[in-house]
This record gives sequence, structure tokens and C-alpha cells, in this order.
Amino acid sequence: MTVSDMNNGGHSRREVLSRRQVLWSGARLMGGLLLLSLAPIRAWAQALEGMFKERTVDDVLKALGDKPTPSDQIVLTTPDIAENGSVVPITVKSSLPSTTDIYLIIEKNPNPFAAAFAIPDQTDAMISARVKVAQTSNVIAVVKADGKLFSATRETKVTLGGCGG
Amino acid sequence: MSGTFSRREFLQVMAAAVVSGLPITNSRAGTDASWDGLYDVPRFGQVHLLHFTDCHAQLNPILFREPSVNLGVGEARNRPPHLVGDALLRSYGIKKGSPEAYALSCLDFEEASARFGRVGGFAHLSSLVKRMKATRPGALLLDGGDTWQGSATAMWTQGQDMVDACRLMGVDVMTGHWEFTLGSDRVEKIISSDFNNALDFVAHNVRTQDFGDPVFPPYVIRQINGVPTAVIGQAFPYTPIANPAHFTPNWAFGIQEENLQKVVTEARKQGAVVVVLLSHNGMDVDLKLASRVSGIDAILGGHTHDAVARPIEVKNAGGVTLVTNAGSNGKFLGVLDFSVANGRPTGWKYRLLPVFADAITPDPEMAALIARVRAPFAEKLGQRLAVAGETLYRRGNFNGTFDQVVLDALLTEKNAEIAFSPGFRWGTSLTAGMAITLEDVMNQTAISYPQTTLTDMTGERVKAVLEDVADNLFNPDPYLQQGGDMVRVGGLSYAIAPFEKVGNRIQDLRLNGKRLDATKTYKVAGWAPVAANVEGEPIWEVVSRWLKDQKEVVARGAQSPRLIGVTDNAGLL
Repeated sequence: MTVSDMNNGGHSRREVLSRRQVLWSGARLMGGLLLLSLAPIRAWAQALEGMFKERTVDDVLKALGDKPTPSDQIVLTTPDIAENGSVVPITVKSSLPSTTDIYLIIEKNPNPFAAAFAIPDQTDAMISARVKVAQTSNVIAVVKADGKLFSATRETKVTLGGCGG
Repeated sequence: MSGTFSRREFLQVMAAAVVSGLPITNSRAGTDASWDGLYDVPRFGQVHLLHFTDCHAQLNPILFREPSVNLGVGEARNRPPHLVGDALLRSYGIKKGSPEAYALSCLDFEEASARFGRVGGFAHLSSLVKRMKATRPGALLLDGGDTWQGSATAMWTQGQDMVDACRLMGVDVMTGHWEFTLGSDRVEKIISSDFNNALDFVAHNVRTQDFGDPVFPPYVIRQINGVPTAVIGQAFPYTPIANPAHFTPNWAFGIQEENLQKVVTEARKQGAVVVVLLSHNGMDVDLKLASRVSGIDAILGGHTHDAVARPIEVKNAGGVTLVTNAGSNGKFLGVLDFSVANGRPTGWKYRLLPVFADAITPDPEMAALIARVRAPFAEKLGQRLAVAGETLYRRGNFNGTFDQVVLDALLTEKNAEIAFSPGFRWGTSLTAGMAITLEDVMNQTAISYPQTTLTDMTGERVKAVLEDVADNLFNPDPYLQQGGDMVRVGGLSYAIAPFEKVGNRIQDLRLNGKRLDATKTYKVAGWAPVAANVEGEPIWEVVSRWLKDQKEVVARGAQSPRLIGVTDNAGLL
């Protein structure tokens, strides 16, 4: 085996496909189990329900409580330019101790509050979601840790497309 | 005109001579002293990389006029690659009137093209590659992509003509952009069948939408004269935005800086002594990327079609990264040599060699392949539609004379008030008096989403479209640029302030001298829709029909916007 053979990155298409297939069958199994554990979250979700109806970032933040403090302990990953504004992949990772909640706010959306995640104790505070971004906008990740609010902000551009190269 | 035709005929005779095995004598090689020493490039070091990019499926030699407008914004202002004309020549120390000046700049294009002839062509490029390989055993041949699109034959064979040509030429590694507009199934089929064990298609920044798994190997390591050399692939990061996303429904792209850093580190861990990025980012994106990712010795770049004679050395946390861009349409072959000692690169030399068809004896085997793939289409391609009344070209930030032809055809044939044509950077050139054949029209239009459309748009919407595209070109952050030129606009006049922010650039929109009404609806013709399932006559049929009606395309220039706030910019002739 040559160096070239060994180092083509180690990823073949076959692996990609098999992973998808394995996860599919696993997902069917897990689906049933997950449903059992949803009940305790219901109260938390109900408390947040009004947030999704707010029309401005200021109103959302007011409803959340304090104005969040920008923090470099939050890593917010968004595309520089969205490939599809309807499903923009966003990842948030918080290294703040005692992170309990992660919220996603899309500044320019008609209803900016896009998602809320409860982070169970003793788990990695990392979430990944696809949200609609109607136009070029700041994406704000708000993290609740130890009862206080922190944030990270990044702009994602949404363009009409075409006309490239 | 007659002189022009005899050149064309001469080339055909030459191709025929090659096929029949007759000896070839170059028309000018022996007589014009300016070719002397052009391709004497002494070997340096042990690691040799030959690089071409953005050939856009041009198998035969062509004319390609470099831009006279290539504005740099922000940090890119008045720096390569955003230099044109004399400023460009001065920057590289190139003599005016020399063959290199003809290859790199738009200056005196008509006279220079008559004197120095056509450029590129795979039979000529093959000969040059062989010549470089003769003095550089072990050299790798790298293809930066935009290879399977740009001509009629590439479109009609689904890229097969180019795939076969690249295999014959001995391409070792490639990455892509327009390749993906053939659809992900076709790309995967070519890679699994034609490229199997012959050619590595690499791209670290293409992943599946569902699980984020890599679609292609991110890199390969090849031994060059005993030196492990990693070639990492960087596909065009905005493919599903600049081109229709429906061609690659399950693939996600992006620049993916952090992933690139990981891949570089991994390649070094695997023993790579030299690490290069074969990139389709575009020069401005590559310059920013080079300042933020460390451990890359050189970025061999493409996409923006910049012919950059000398690499730019970019400092970063790990040292220095060279950034190159090797032009387009098969005009150039980049030759990068590294010397290596004690497991580290110690020096480099780079040459951007123009491929002058008249100075190179075409490779007979490649010439035969080209003749074979063209044979079934030759008659159709040679169909004469009209005669050029002026130099017809596309490349430039705002408009080109060939685009003006496309716009005027759209306006007339679609009975529209306004016409839009995409700011593609490929598309070959013709000079006054040359016949415009169907092949020439296809060289401007051969894409897999050629539908023409007629849409009702409000004045407000028209402005929004122009603002959107202008921001893809003039945003001062290179990571937000997509590497195309401004959408070409027919019927409508406007002014543009490139250095303003989005929303404030486009001003003074007028139709027949009257201000555009934000609320009124206008008939707008266009082509190349990014949405799926759009019906419409292919653009080449619309343009061909219009050209046949014209017979001679009288000089019409290229209607361009009035520029606001552009002063002392060396990217403007």
C-alpha cells in the first residue's frame, strides 16, 4: 500500500451510505424510547410559548429577563452565506458552567425567537438546528448559565443566488 | 475578414495534418524572435506542481480578452489581482507589446491577437505539460476545476470529452465547481468509473446535508521525488448559491476554514512535507483564507480567472503561504517548484506560462482525440450565424460586448423592456471581421440550465436584484464574495457606487431616460434560472436566431453603468 492509498482521507462513499442506513434503523428503535421521557419538559416549553410570538429582538430579550452579556465561551457557527434560507444550519456550543438553556434568535425574522433547547444536567451544552432566515440577518445565540444570560452574534447573508463565476 | 477566415481554415488544416500524421511546422515559431526562450524553464528543487484551472472545456485554441475593468474593494484596492492594463504590466515588470503583455492584459487586444495568435487548446497544453515533465520527472498535474463545462461538446457529451482529454493529458488531482452543474449523479459516476485508480477528485469542503459526512476525499498524499506532498481540495464554496442547488440536493458546501485547518494538521501528521491547497475559492477568498489558516505552503487558485504572474506571499500564524491564480480558458500553465531540505520546504520558484498556440507544436495524440470527439458535431458547430462588427468579449466587472449581443437578442426576441444576463467570467472572444459560429455562441451559453424567462418585475424588485448581485461582487469581506461579475443589464441604465454598503450602491435607474418606478411592473427577460423545473427556450437558440437576422453585428459597445466614487482605481482602464 502506498502513502497515497493510505491517505485519501479515509472516507469512502460506502461508509457514508452505511452510516445513514445504520442510523435509520437505530432511529426507529430509539423513537419509541424517547417519547417516554418527554413529559417533564412540557412545563418548561409552556413557559416559553409566548416568546415565539414576540415581534422584535428587544421584546424577546425583555421577556427573557436581563440583557445578555456577550461571551467568548459560546461558539456560534453559521454559514457566511446561506445555501438555502429556509433551512440554515446553526450550531451553538457553550462552555459556560451550568448551562441550562440555549435560545436562537434571528434578528430580521418577523418572529425573531426561533428555537429553545433545554440542556439536561451533566450533558454537553451543544445544539444543532436548521432554522429559516428570511433575509440577511444577525443570528443571536443566547445561553442561560447559572441563571444568567450570555450571547454570541454572527451575521448570515441570504442572497437571491445565480450569477456566479 | 478574409485574413481571419484563412487563420481559422489554417488551424483546421493543421488539425487535419496532425490526424494524418504529416509533419508540423509552426507558422510563427521559427520567425518571430519574441517566442525565444519562452518555455525554457529550468528545473528547481525536487517538488514540481503543474497547474491549470478554469479551462471551461476549451479543447481548441481560442482568443480570450482579459478584463479592462476589475475593481478591487477594501484591502484589495490597487493590488493584484485587481489591476488592469498598464498598471498590471508595471506590477509584474512585463514589457508592453510583448507576448506576455498580450496574454495577461487587455491592452491592444486586436493588434496583439493578430500578431501572437490564439491561446490555449488541449493539444498545445499537452505538449507544454510534456515539455515541463521532461525536465521535472515526478511532477504532478493539477486541475483546479471548471473543466467539464463551457463548450458545446462538453455539454452534449455530459463532460465526457473533457474527462477523456484530462485522462490522456495525465491529470493527477482535481477539484470542482461547474462540474457539479452536471448533477451529483453524473459527477459520482465519472469519479467511480473514468477516474477510478487514475485521477483523484478531492474536496474537503463538500459534505452530505444529512450527516455532514465527506462526499470526496479531502486530500491525497503523493510522493514527488521522495517528498510526500499533500494536495488538499477546496471546491467552489458557494456552488449551491451561485448555481442551482437542485443539481446537488444532498451536498452542503462552504469555505469551512476550521475544517481546512484540521485537514492540514492531519496531512502533516501523515508525513506531508509540502502541503498545497488546490482551490476554487477565487483569489480574494484565497488571500483571506491564507491569512487565517496556517501550515499551507501554497494555494493554487482559480475561479476568479485572474492571471497572476507572481504569487502573493501571505503571512499567517504558521509562516507564509503563497497564493496563485492561473487564469482561464486553457491560456496558462502554472509551474511551481519547491526545494526541500531536512523535511521542510526551503525555497520556491513559480512561472505562469502562457500557452501560445503558434509557439507550440500540438501533441498529436491529443489532437487526434479532439478531432475524434468533435467529429460528430463539427458541421453543426461550424454553422455561421453572423459576422462580428467589433471585438466581442465578455470578461469585465460590468458588461462585455458579447454580453451586449446576448442582452440585445433577449430584448428583441422576448419583447422585453429590460434584460438580465449573468456575470459569468468564462466566454471566449472574437475580433472584428470574424464569423460568429454556433460554437462561438455556445462558448458564451453552454450550461445545463439554459432556459430563458420573461418575468414581470416591479421597479423595486429590479433594484433589489441589482443590489444583491452587486454585494456579491463588491462586499469588502472576500468571504461574502461569490466570484462572478455584475449581472449584465440591457435596456435599463443605472449608476453604481461600488464602495457603498448593500442597499445604497444602485442609483439613478432609468428606462429610455425616464426614472424607473418602484411600484410599476416591467417585462424583464433573463436566462440561467437557479430554480428547478423552469421552462423556456434555451438561450443559445434565442441568440442564434437573433444573430441570423442581423447578419453583421454592428459595433454596439457594452452599455455599462455610470460609476460613482471610483477614483484612482488601478482596476479600471
